[in-house]
Amino acid sequence: MSVNPERLKKDFPIFSNNPDLIYLDNAATTQKPSSVIRAVSDYYATINSNVHRGVYKISEEATEMYEGSRKKVSEFIGAREPAEIVFLRNTTEAINLLSYTLGRKLKKGDEVLLTEMEHHSNLVPWYFLREAGIVIKFAKMKADFTLDYEDFQDKLNTRTVIASFTEVSNVLGTINDVRELSNMCRENSTISIVDAAQSVPHMSVDVRAIGCDFLAFSGHKMLAPAGIGVLYGRKDLLDRMHPFLGGGEMIGEVDYNGATYADVPWKFEAGTQNVEGAVGLSAAIDYLKSIGMDSVREHERSMIDHIFKIMDTIGDLRQFGPMDSGKRGGVFSFNIGDVKPFDLLNQSNTKFAISHSIHPHDLAAFLDRNNIAVRSGHHCAMPLMGRMGVSSTARVSPYIYNDERELDLFFDALSNCRKEMAR
Amino acid sequence: MNDEVYTEILLDHYRSPRNYGSVENPSAQITEHNPLCGDTVHFSLKVEGGKIVDIKFVGQGCSISQGAASILTELVKGKSVAEVQAITDADFLKILGIRLGPNREKCALLSLNALKKAISTKNV
Repeated sequence: MSVNPERLKKDFPIFSNNPDLIYLDNAATTQKPSSVIRAVSDYYATINSNVHRGVYKISEEATEMYEGSRKKVSEFIGAREPAEIVFLRNTTEAINLLSYTLGRKLKKGDEVLLTEMEHHSNLVPWYFLREAGIVIKFAKMKADFTLDYEDFQDKLNTRTVIASFTEVSNVLGTINDVRELSNMCRENSTISIVDAAQSVPHMSVDVRAIGCDFLAFSGHKMLAPAGIGVLYGRKDLLDRMHPFLGGGEMIGEVDYNGATYADVPWKFEAGTQNVEGAVGLSAAIDYLKSIGMDSVREHERSMIDHIFKIMDTIGDLRQFGPMDSGKRGGVFSFNIGDVKPFDLLNQSNTKFAISHSIHPHDLAAFLDRNNIAVRSGHHCAMPLMGRMGVSSTARVSPYIYNDERELDLFFDALSNCRKEMAR
Repeated sequence: MNDEVYTEILLDHYRSPRNYGSVENPSAQITEHNPLCGDTVHFSLKVEGGKIVDIKFVGQGCSISQGAASILTELVKGKSVAEVQAITDADFLKILGIRLGPNREKCALLSLNALKKAISTKNV
Protein backbone atom coordinates (compact mmCIF):
# COMPACT_ATOMS: atom_id res chain seq x y z
CA MET A 1 0.00 0.00 0.00
CA SER A 2 1.38 3.39 -0.83
CA VAL A 3 0.98 6.38 1.40
CA ASN A 4 -1.69 8.92 0.49
CA PRO A 5 -0.62 12.13 2.27
CA GLU A 6 -3.70 14.06 1.16
CA ARG A 7 -5.97 11.53 2.83
CA LEU A 8 -3.81 11.01 5.93
CA LYS A 9 -3.67 14.75 6.53
CA LYS A 10 -7.37 14.70 7.35
CA ASP A 11 -6.57 12.52 10.37
CA PHE A 12 -4.46 15.28 11.93
CA PRO A 13 -6.45 18.12 13.54
CA ILE A 14 -3.43 20.44 13.50
CA PHE A 15 -3.86 20.75 9.74
CA SER A 16 -7.55 21.65 9.88
CA ASN A 17 -6.69 24.23 12.56
CA ASN A 18 -3.78 25.55 10.46
CA PRO A 19 -4.92 24.92 6.89
CA ASP A 20 -1.89 26.61 5.32
CA LEU A 21 0.72 24.96 7.52
CA ILE A 22 3.43 23.03 5.74
CA TYR A 23 5.06 21.14 8.57
CA LEU A 24 8.52 19.87 7.67
CA ASP A 25 10.11 19.45 11.09
CA ASN A 26 9.17 15.86 11.77
CA ALA A 27 12.63 14.80 12.90
CA ALA A 28 12.04 17.16 15.85
CA THR A 29 8.53 15.98 16.62
CA THR A 30 5.55 14.72 14.62
CA GLN A 31 1.95 15.83 14.66
CA LYS A 32 -0.70 13.68 16.35
CA PRO A 33 -3.63 11.96 14.64
CA SER A 34 -7.14 12.15 16.14
CA SER A 35 -6.95 8.49 17.13
CA VAL A 36 -4.00 9.20 19.43
CA ILE A 37 -5.52 12.36 20.88
CA ARG A 38 -8.76 10.47 21.43
CA ALA A 39 -7.01 7.52 23.09
CA VAL A 40 -5.38 9.84 25.62
CA SER A 41 -8.54 11.82 26.22
CA ASP A 42 -10.67 8.65 26.51
CA TYR A 43 -8.22 7.25 29.02
CA TYR A 44 -8.67 10.33 31.21
CA ALA A 45 -12.41 10.34 30.71
CA THR A 46 -13.02 6.67 31.46
CA ILE A 47 -10.42 4.77 33.49
CA ASN A 48 -7.85 7.26 34.80
CA SER A 49 -6.25 5.76 37.92
CA ASN A 50 -2.86 4.67 39.18
CA VAL A 51 -1.67 1.39 37.73
CA HIS A 52 -0.38 -1.75 39.47
CA ARG A 53 -1.54 -0.69 42.94
CA GLY A 54 -5.30 -0.28 42.95
CA VAL A 55 -7.42 -3.39 43.49
CA TYR A 56 -10.50 -1.68 42.15
CA LYS A 57 -11.95 -1.97 38.68
CA ILE A 58 -10.67 1.06 36.81
CA SER A 59 -7.17 0.57 38.17
CA GLU A 60 -7.21 -3.01 36.92
CA GLU A 61 -8.37 -1.73 33.53
CA ALA A 62 -5.71 0.97 33.44
CA THR A 63 -3.06 -1.62 34.34
CA GLU A 64 -4.29 -3.87 31.55
CA MET A 65 -4.06 -0.99 29.07
CA TYR A 66 -0.60 -0.01 30.25
CA GLU A 67 0.72 -3.57 30.05
CA GLY A 68 -1.13 -4.03 26.77
CA SER A 69 0.82 -1.09 25.35
CA ARG A 70 4.03 -2.71 26.49
CA LYS A 71 3.06 -5.89 24.65
CA LYS A 72 2.22 -3.91 21.52
CA VAL A 73 5.57 -2.12 21.58
CA SER A 74 7.39 -5.39 22.11
CA GLU A 75 5.71 -6.93 19.06
CA PHE A 76 6.21 -3.77 17.00
CA ILE A 77 10.01 -3.95 17.34
CA GLY A 78 10.29 -7.74 17.50
CA ALA A 79 11.34 -8.15 21.14
CA ARG A 80 11.19 -11.65 22.66
CA GLU A 81 8.77 -10.65 25.42
CA PRO A 82 7.11 -7.55 26.89
CA ALA A 83 9.50 -7.67 29.86
CA GLU A 84 12.21 -6.41 27.50
CA ILE A 85 10.34 -3.10 27.10
CA VAL A 86 10.95 -0.39 29.68
CA PHE A 87 8.76 2.70 29.50
CA LEU A 88 10.44 5.98 30.26
CA ARG A 89 10.31 9.56 29.04
CA ASN A 90 12.29 9.45 25.83
CA THR A 91 15.49 8.35 24.11
CA THR A 92 17.48 10.83 26.17
CA GLU A 93 16.32 9.27 29.41
CA ALA A 94 16.97 5.78 28.06
CA ILE A 95 20.59 6.58 27.24
CA ASN A 96 21.07 8.30 30.58
CA LEU A 97 19.72 5.16 32.25
CA LEU A 98 22.23 3.03 30.36
CA SER A 99 25.13 5.36 31.00
CA TYR A 100 24.29 5.38 34.72
CA THR A 101 23.61 1.69 35.26
CA LEU A 102 26.15 0.20 32.87
CA GLY A 103 28.63 2.91 33.81
CA ARG A 104 28.66 1.73 37.43
CA LYS A 105 30.54 -1.37 36.34
CA LEU A 106 33.18 0.37 34.23
CA LYS A 107 36.73 0.87 35.45
CA LYS A 108 39.29 3.54 34.71
CA GLY A 109 40.68 3.04 31.23
CA ASP A 110 37.62 1.17 29.93
CA GLU A 111 36.32 2.53 26.64
CA VAL A 112 32.97 3.57 25.20
CA LEU A 113 32.78 3.76 21.41
CA LEU A 114 30.42 6.26 19.78
CA THR A 115 30.35 7.75 16.28
CA GLU A 116 30.98 11.26 15.01
CA MET A 117 27.36 11.63 13.95
CA GLU A 118 25.64 11.29 17.32
CA HIS A 119 23.00 13.56 18.83
CA HIS A 120 23.94 15.25 22.11
CA SER A 121 21.70 12.73 23.86
CA ASN A 122 24.05 9.95 22.79
CA LEU A 123 27.16 11.96 23.67
CA VAL A 124 26.71 13.89 26.90
CA PRO A 125 25.45 10.97 29.07
CA TRP A 126 28.64 9.10 28.13
CA TYR A 127 30.83 12.17 28.74
CA PHE A 128 29.72 11.95 32.39
CA LEU A 129 31.76 8.74 32.62
CA ARG A 130 34.96 10.61 31.80
CA GLU A 131 34.98 11.78 35.41
CA ALA A 132 35.69 8.15 36.37
CA GLY A 133 38.51 7.84 33.84
CA ILE A 134 36.46 6.15 31.12
CA VAL A 135 37.76 6.86 27.61
CA ILE A 136 35.26 7.93 24.94
CA LYS A 137 36.15 7.19 21.32
CA PHE A 138 34.44 8.15 18.09
CA ALA A 139 34.18 6.18 14.87
CA LYS A 140 34.75 8.54 11.95
CA MET A 141 32.32 9.80 9.37
CA LYS A 142 33.50 9.61 5.76
CA ALA A 143 33.41 12.46 3.24
CA ASP A 144 30.20 11.06 1.73
CA PHE A 145 28.52 11.40 5.15
CA THR A 146 28.43 7.66 5.78
CA LEU A 147 30.01 5.91 8.72
CA ASP A 148 33.53 4.54 8.38
CA TYR A 149 32.89 0.91 9.35
CA GLU A 150 36.59 0.04 9.21
CA ASP A 151 37.35 2.78 11.67
CA PHE A 152 34.56 1.49 13.92
CA GLN A 153 36.05 -1.99 13.75
CA ASP A 154 39.57 -0.63 14.40
CA LYS A 155 38.40 1.25 17.47
CA LEU A 156 36.71 -1.80 18.98
CA ASN A 157 39.34 -3.34 21.22
CA THR A 158 39.61 -5.39 24.39
CA ARG A 159 38.86 -2.31 26.49
CA THR A 160 35.68 -1.37 24.61
CA VAL A 161 32.89 -2.29 27.03
CA ILE A 162 30.08 -0.35 25.38
CA ALA A 163 29.34 0.93 21.87
CA SER A 164 26.40 3.25 21.25
CA PHE A 165 25.42 4.43 17.79
CA THR A 166 22.54 5.97 15.91
CA GLU A 167 20.56 4.04 13.32
CA VAL A 168 19.58 7.18 11.40
CA SER A 169 21.41 10.49 11.84
CA ASN A 170 19.05 13.33 12.73
CA VAL A 171 21.26 15.72 10.75
CA LEU A 172 22.47 13.74 7.75
CA GLY A 173 19.72 11.18 7.38
CA THR A 174 22.49 8.58 7.03
CA ILE A 175 21.15 5.09 7.71
CA ASN A 176 23.77 3.08 9.54
CA ASP A 177 23.92 -0.67 9.17
CA VAL A 178 23.25 -1.31 12.85
CA ARG A 179 23.05 -5.03 12.24
CA GLU A 180 26.64 -5.03 11.03
CA LEU A 181 27.74 -2.77 13.88
CA SER A 182 25.98 -4.95 16.46
CA ASN A 183 27.69 -7.99 14.94
CA MET A 184 31.08 -6.39 15.32
CA CYS A 185 30.23 -5.58 18.93
CA ARG A 186 29.07 -9.11 19.70
CA GLU A 187 32.24 -10.61 18.29
CA ASN A 188 34.20 -8.27 20.51
CA SER A 189 31.99 -8.95 23.59
CA THR A 190 31.02 -5.28 23.57
CA ILE A 191 27.54 -4.18 24.67
CA SER A 192 25.71 -2.63 21.70
CA ILE A 193 23.21 0.23 22.04
CA VAL A 194 21.16 1.59 19.13
CA ASP A 195 19.77 5.13 19.21
CA ALA A 196 16.63 4.48 17.18
CA ALA A 197 14.92 7.84 17.75
CA GLN A 198 15.04 8.55 14.00
CA SER A 199 14.49 5.00 12.73
CA VAL A 200 11.61 3.35 14.62
CA PRO A 201 9.16 6.11 13.51
CA HIS A 202 10.21 5.80 9.87
CA MET A 203 11.02 2.21 8.98
CA SER A 204 10.53 -1.32 10.07
CA VAL A 205 12.89 -2.12 12.97
CA ASP A 206 13.38 -5.60 14.40
CA VAL A 207 15.64 -5.80 17.44
CA ARG A 208 16.28 -9.51 17.05
CA ALA A 209 17.24 -9.14 13.40
CA ILE A 210 19.58 -6.30 14.39
CA GLY A 211 20.98 -8.36 17.24
CA CYS A 212 21.67 -5.35 19.46
CA ASP A 213 21.66 -5.49 23.25
CA PHE A 214 19.72 -2.25 23.77
CA LEU A 215 17.68 0.11 21.59
CA ALA A 216 15.90 3.33 22.48
CA PHE A 217 13.29 5.58 20.89
CA SER A 218 10.80 8.35 21.68
CA GLY A 219 7.03 8.32 21.27
CA HIS A 220 6.61 11.95 20.25
CA LYS A 221 8.61 11.44 17.05
CA MET A 222 6.17 8.71 15.96
CA LEU A 223 2.75 10.35 16.36
CA ALA A 224 2.49 9.60 20.11
CA PRO A 225 2.41 12.14 22.95
CA ALA A 226 5.59 13.63 24.37
CA GLY A 227 6.89 12.17 27.62
CA ILE A 228 6.67 8.51 26.67
CA GLY A 229 9.68 6.66 25.35
CA VAL A 230 11.01 3.14 25.16
CA LEU A 231 14.13 1.32 26.14
CA TYR A 232 14.41 -2.17 24.73
CA GLY A 233 16.95 -4.34 26.51
CA ARG A 234 17.85 -8.00 26.36
CA LYS A 235 16.10 -9.58 29.34
CA ASP A 236 19.20 -11.30 30.75
CA LEU A 237 21.07 -7.97 30.70
CA LEU A 238 18.21 -5.98 32.24
CA ASP A 239 17.94 -8.61 34.98
CA ARG A 240 21.56 -8.11 35.96
CA MET A 241 21.49 -4.31 35.87
CA HIS A 242 21.23 -1.98 38.82
CA PRO A 243 18.07 0.17 38.90
CA PHE A 244 18.22 3.76 37.68
CA LEU A 245 15.66 5.81 39.60
CA GLY A 246 14.66 4.60 43.06
CA GLY A 247 11.18 5.09 44.49
CA GLY A 248 7.70 3.67 44.53
CA GLU A 249 6.67 0.84 42.21
CA MET A 250 10.23 -0.32 41.48
CA ILE A 251 10.71 -2.20 44.75
CA GLY A 252 10.15 -5.70 46.05
CA GLU A 253 10.33 -5.00 49.76
CA VAL A 254 11.70 -2.11 51.76
CA ASP A 255 12.72 -1.96 55.41
CA TYR A 256 14.98 0.41 57.33
CA ASN A 257 18.02 -1.61 56.35
CA GLY A 258 17.46 -1.62 52.61
CA ALA A 259 15.31 -2.67 49.69
CA THR A 260 14.88 -5.42 47.17
CA TYR A 261 13.81 -4.56 43.67
CA ALA A 262 10.88 -5.47 41.47
CA ASP A 263 11.34 -7.72 38.46
CA VAL A 264 12.22 -6.39 35.05
CA PRO A 265 10.85 -4.15 33.53
CA TRP A 266 9.16 -2.59 36.59
CA LYS A 267 12.54 -2.37 38.34
CA PHE A 268 13.25 0.53 35.99
CA GLU A 269 9.89 2.26 36.32
CA ALA A 270 9.99 4.17 39.59
CA GLY A 271 7.12 6.42 40.59
CA THR A 272 3.75 6.87 38.95
CA GLN A 273 4.10 6.13 35.28
CA ASN A 274 2.94 8.01 32.18
CA VAL A 275 0.07 5.60 31.54
CA GLU A 276 -1.77 7.98 29.22
CA GLY A 277 1.45 8.33 27.22
CA ALA A 278 1.75 4.56 26.87
CA VAL A 279 -1.89 4.41 25.79
CA GLY A 280 -1.22 7.14 23.21
CA LEU A 281 1.86 5.28 21.99
CA SER A 282 -0.21 2.16 21.53
CA ALA A 283 -2.71 4.09 19.39
CA ALA A 284 0.16 5.60 17.40
CA ILE A 285 1.56 2.15 16.67
CA ASP A 286 -1.89 1.02 15.50
CA TYR A 287 -2.03 4.01 13.18
CA LEU A 288 1.44 3.36 11.76
CA LYS A 289 0.73 -0.36 11.36
CA SER A 290 -2.39 0.46 9.38
CA ILE A 291 -0.16 2.25 6.89
CA GLY A 292 2.68 -0.24 7.12
CA MET A 293 6.22 0.69 8.08
CA ASP A 294 7.59 -0.36 4.71
CA SER A 295 5.16 2.06 3.04
CA VAL A 296 6.20 4.83 5.45
CA ARG A 297 9.83 4.21 4.52
CA GLU A 298 9.03 4.06 0.80
CA HIS A 299 7.14 7.36 1.01
CA GLU A 300 9.99 9.16 2.75
CA ARG A 301 12.41 7.77 0.24
CA SER A 302 10.30 9.19 -2.58
CA MET A 303 10.24 12.56 -0.76
CA ILE A 304 14.05 12.57 -0.62
CA ASP A 305 14.27 11.54 -4.27
CA HIS A 306 11.99 14.43 -5.15
CA ILE A 307 14.22 16.84 -3.23
CA PHE A 308 17.29 15.47 -5.03
CA LYS A 309 15.52 16.14 -8.32
CA ILE A 310 14.74 19.80 -7.64
CA MET A 311 17.49 20.93 -5.26
CA ASP A 312 19.74 22.10 -8.07
CA THR A 313 17.26 24.84 -8.95
CA ILE A 314 18.58 26.73 -5.92
CA GLY A 315 21.97 28.30 -6.54
CA ASP A 316 24.59 27.91 -3.81
CA LEU A 317 22.63 25.13 -2.12
CA ARG A 318 24.91 22.82 -0.22
CA GLN A 319 23.38 19.64 1.16
CA PHE A 320 24.74 17.37 3.90
CA GLY A 321 23.99 13.68 3.61
CA PRO A 322 24.42 10.60 1.41
CA MET A 323 23.17 11.23 -2.13
CA ASP A 324 21.64 7.74 -2.26
CA SER A 325 18.06 7.71 -0.98
CA GLY A 326 18.45 3.99 -0.29
CA LYS A 327 20.95 4.84 2.41
CA ARG A 328 19.16 7.89 3.67
CA GLY A 329 16.19 8.46 5.94
CA GLY A 330 13.76 11.35 5.44
CA VAL A 331 16.15 14.07 6.55
CA PHE A 332 17.56 16.83 4.36
CA SER A 333 20.02 19.29 5.89
CA PHE A 334 21.33 22.13 3.77
CA ASN A 335 22.68 25.64 3.67
CA ILE A 336 22.57 28.41 1.13
CA GLY A 337 26.20 29.37 0.70
CA ASP A 338 28.91 28.73 3.22
CA VAL A 339 27.71 29.09 6.81
CA LYS A 340 31.09 28.90 8.49
CA PRO A 341 31.83 28.54 12.15
CA PHE A 342 33.16 31.63 13.90
CA ASP A 343 36.92 32.09 13.71
CA LEU A 344 38.08 35.15 15.64
CA LEU A 345 41.58 35.39 14.24
CA ASN A 346 40.48 35.00 10.68
CA GLN A 347 37.50 37.30 11.05
CA SER A 348 39.41 40.09 12.80
CA ASN A 349 42.14 40.18 10.21
CA THR A 350 39.93 40.45 7.20
CA LYS A 351 37.68 43.28 6.29
CA PHE A 352 34.00 42.35 6.30
CA ALA A 353 33.42 40.36 3.18
CA ILE A 354 30.13 40.18 1.36
CA SER A 355 29.08 36.56 1.24
CA HIS A 356 26.14 35.01 -0.50
CA SER A 357 25.23 32.80 2.40
CA ILE A 358 21.96 33.03 4.24
CA HIS A 359 22.05 32.11 7.88
CA PRO A 360 19.75 29.12 8.55
CA HIS A 361 17.82 31.09 11.16
CA ASP A 362 17.02 33.84 8.68
CA LEU A 363 16.02 31.20 6.22
CA ALA A 364 13.71 29.47 8.69
CA ALA A 365 12.17 32.80 9.70
CA PHE A 366 11.59 33.67 6.06
CA LEU A 367 10.02 30.28 5.34
CA ASP A 368 7.79 30.75 8.37
CA ARG A 369 6.27 33.79 6.67
CA ASN A 370 5.15 31.29 4.04
CA ASN A 371 3.78 28.98 6.76
CA ILE A 372 6.56 26.50 6.19
CA ALA A 373 8.03 25.06 9.37
CA VAL A 374 11.63 23.89 9.07
CA ARG A 375 14.35 23.49 11.68
CA SER A 376 17.51 25.57 11.82
CA GLY A 377 20.48 25.41 14.13
CA HIS A 378 22.94 22.76 15.23
CA HIS A 379 20.24 20.08 15.70
CA CYS A 380 21.74 19.02 19.03
CA ALA A 381 24.82 17.79 17.19
CA MET A 382 27.43 20.49 17.72
CA PRO A 383 30.47 18.20 17.31
CA LEU A 384 29.07 16.99 13.98
CA MET A 385 28.54 20.60 12.84
CA GLY A 386 32.23 21.15 13.55
CA ARG A 387 33.17 18.09 11.48
CA MET A 388 31.00 19.41 8.63
CA GLY A 389 32.72 22.80 8.83
CA VAL A 390 29.51 24.74 9.46
CA SER A 391 28.04 26.56 12.43
CA SER A 392 24.52 25.37 11.69
CA THR A 393 22.22 24.15 8.95
CA ALA A 394 18.59 24.29 7.96
CA ARG A 395 16.78 20.95 7.96
CA VAL A 396 13.71 19.59 6.28
CA SER A 397 12.27 16.27 7.47
CA PRO A 398 9.07 15.12 5.73
CA TYR A 399 6.70 12.48 7.07
CA ILE A 400 3.59 10.59 6.00
CA TYR A 401 1.39 13.69 5.65
CA ASN A 402 3.79 15.63 3.42
CA ASP A 403 3.67 15.45 -0.34
CA GLU A 404 5.61 16.59 -3.40
CA ARG A 405 3.45 19.69 -3.80
CA GLU A 406 4.57 20.88 -0.36
CA LEU A 407 8.21 20.25 -1.23
CA ASP A 408 7.74 22.27 -4.42
CA LEU A 409 6.24 25.15 -2.41
CA PHE A 410 9.16 24.89 -0.02
CA PHE A 411 11.66 25.19 -2.85
CA ASP A 412 9.73 28.13 -4.36
CA ALA A 413 9.91 29.92 -1.02
CA LEU A 414 13.59 29.06 -0.75
CA SER A 415 14.21 30.63 -4.11
CA ASN A 416 12.39 33.83 -3.07
CA CYS A 417 14.27 33.89 0.18
CA ARG A 418 17.55 33.75 -1.68
CA LYS A 419 16.54 36.74 -3.79
CA GLU A 420 15.53 38.81 -0.76
CA MET A 421 17.96 37.82 1.93
CA ALA A 422 21.31 37.17 0.31
CA ARG A 423 23.87 39.82 1.06
CA MET B 1 7.30 35.56 12.85
CA ASN B 2 6.25 38.99 11.99
CA ASP B 3 7.27 41.09 9.06
CA GLU B 4 8.66 43.78 11.29
CA VAL B 5 11.62 41.51 11.98
CA TYR B 6 13.26 42.61 8.83
CA THR B 7 13.20 46.32 9.30
CA GLU B 8 15.23 48.01 6.65
CA ILE B 9 17.58 49.45 9.25
CA LEU B 10 18.43 46.09 10.74
CA LEU B 11 18.91 44.50 7.34
CA ASP B 12 21.07 47.40 6.24
CA HIS B 13 23.31 46.93 9.25
CA TYR B 14 23.45 43.21 8.52
CA ARG B 15 24.43 43.76 4.91
CA SER B 16 26.88 46.59 5.63
CA PRO B 17 27.98 46.25 9.22
CA ARG B 18 29.39 49.42 10.87
CA ASN B 19 32.48 49.28 13.08
CA TYR B 20 33.42 45.85 11.83
CA GLY B 21 36.86 44.66 12.97
CA SER B 22 38.99 44.82 16.08
CA VAL B 23 40.23 47.76 18.16
CA GLU B 24 43.97 47.72 18.77
CA ASN B 25 45.10 47.48 22.38
CA PRO B 26 41.53 47.23 23.67
CA SER B 27 40.60 47.98 27.28
CA ALA B 28 38.23 45.07 27.10
CA GLN B 29 37.17 42.38 24.68
CA ILE B 30 34.72 39.53 24.78
CA THR B 31 33.44 36.69 22.62
CA GLU B 32 29.93 35.45 23.33
CA HIS B 33 27.89 32.70 21.73
CA ASN B 34 24.23 31.99 21.52
CA PRO B 35 24.15 28.20 21.89
CA LEU B 36 20.63 28.09 20.51
CA CYS B 37 21.62 29.15 17.01
CA GLY B 38 25.36 29.28 17.06
CA ASP B 39 25.47 33.07 16.70
CA THR B 40 28.78 34.54 17.78
CA VAL B 41 29.85 38.13 18.44
CA HIS B 42 33.23 39.49 19.47
CA PHE B 43 33.53 43.04 20.79
CA SER B 44 36.75 44.94 21.40
CA LEU B 45 36.58 48.40 22.89
CA LYS B 46 38.59 51.26 24.29
CA VAL B 47 37.43 53.04 27.44
CA GLU B 48 38.92 56.39 28.46
CA GLY B 49 37.74 58.41 31.45
CA GLY B 50 34.81 56.05 31.93
CA LYS B 51 33.65 56.56 28.32
CA ILE B 52 33.61 54.15 25.41
CA VAL B 53 35.75 56.03 22.90
CA ASP B 54 36.04 53.23 20.36
CA ILE B 55 34.30 49.92 19.77
CA LYS B 56 34.37 47.34 17.00
CA PHE B 57 32.83 43.93 16.49
CA VAL B 58 33.24 40.84 14.40
CA GLY B 59 30.79 38.02 14.29
CA GLN B 60 28.99 35.26 12.53
CA GLY B 61 25.33 34.51 12.63
CA CYS B 62 21.84 35.46 11.60
CA SER B 63 20.77 38.90 10.43
CA ILE B 64 19.24 39.75 13.78
CA SER B 65 22.31 38.93 15.86
CA GLN B 66 24.73 40.60 13.46
CA GLY B 67 22.55 43.59 12.60
CA ALA B 68 21.96 44.18 16.30
CA ALA B 69 25.70 44.04 17.03
CA SER B 70 26.35 46.69 14.40
CA ILE B 71 23.55 48.93 15.67
CA LEU B 72 24.84 48.54 19.23
CA THR B 73 28.34 49.75 18.33
CA GLU B 74 26.87 52.96 16.92
CA LEU B 75 24.59 53.35 19.90
CA VAL B 76 27.23 53.10 22.62
CA LYS B 77 30.16 54.93 21.08
CA GLY B 78 30.71 58.05 23.19
CA LYS B 79 28.49 56.83 26.01
CA SER B 80 29.74 56.27 29.55
CA VAL B 81 30.07 52.76 30.95
CA ALA B 82 27.29 53.57 33.43
CA GLU B 83 24.97 54.71 30.64
CA VAL B 84 25.53 51.47 28.75
CA GLN B 85 24.94 49.37 31.85
CA ALA B 86 21.62 51.17 32.23
CA ILE B 87 20.31 50.09 28.80
CA THR B 88 17.66 47.44 29.44
CA ASP B 89 16.72 44.54 27.19
CA ALA B 90 13.41 46.27 26.50
CA ASP B 91 15.19 49.53 25.59
CA PHE B 92 17.41 47.77 23.09
CA LEU B 93 14.58 45.78 21.48
CA LYS B 94 12.72 49.07 21.09
CA ILE B 95 15.72 50.66 19.40
CA LEU B 96 15.96 47.68 17.05
CA GLY B 97 12.29 48.19 16.25
CA ILE B 98 11.49 44.50 16.16
CA ARG B 99 9.16 42.19 17.96
CA LEU B 100 10.41 38.68 18.41
CA GLY B 101 9.39 35.40 19.99
CA PRO B 102 11.28 34.17 23.04
CA ASN B 103 13.67 32.03 21.00
CA ARG B 104 14.95 34.68 18.68
CA GLU B 105 15.00 37.40 21.29
CA LYS B 106 18.22 35.73 22.38
CA CYS B 107 19.74 36.53 18.98
CA ALA B 108 18.80 40.19 19.36
CA LEU B 109 20.07 40.51 22.92
CA LEU B 110 23.31 38.56 22.53
CA SER B 111 25.28 41.73 21.77
CA LEU B 112 23.93 43.85 24.58
CA ASN B 113 24.54 41.13 27.13
CA ALA B 114 28.05 40.51 25.81
CA LEU B 115 28.95 44.19 25.91
CA LYS B 116 27.62 44.67 29.43
CA LYS B 117 29.65 41.69 30.55
CA ALA B 118 32.78 43.09 28.89
CA ILE B 119 32.51 46.48 30.58
CA SER B 120 31.79 45.04 33.99
CA THR B 121 35.36 43.77 34.25
CA LYS B 122 37.68 45.64 36.57
CA ASN B 123 40.00 47.04 33.92
CA VAL B 124 37.44 49.41 32.39
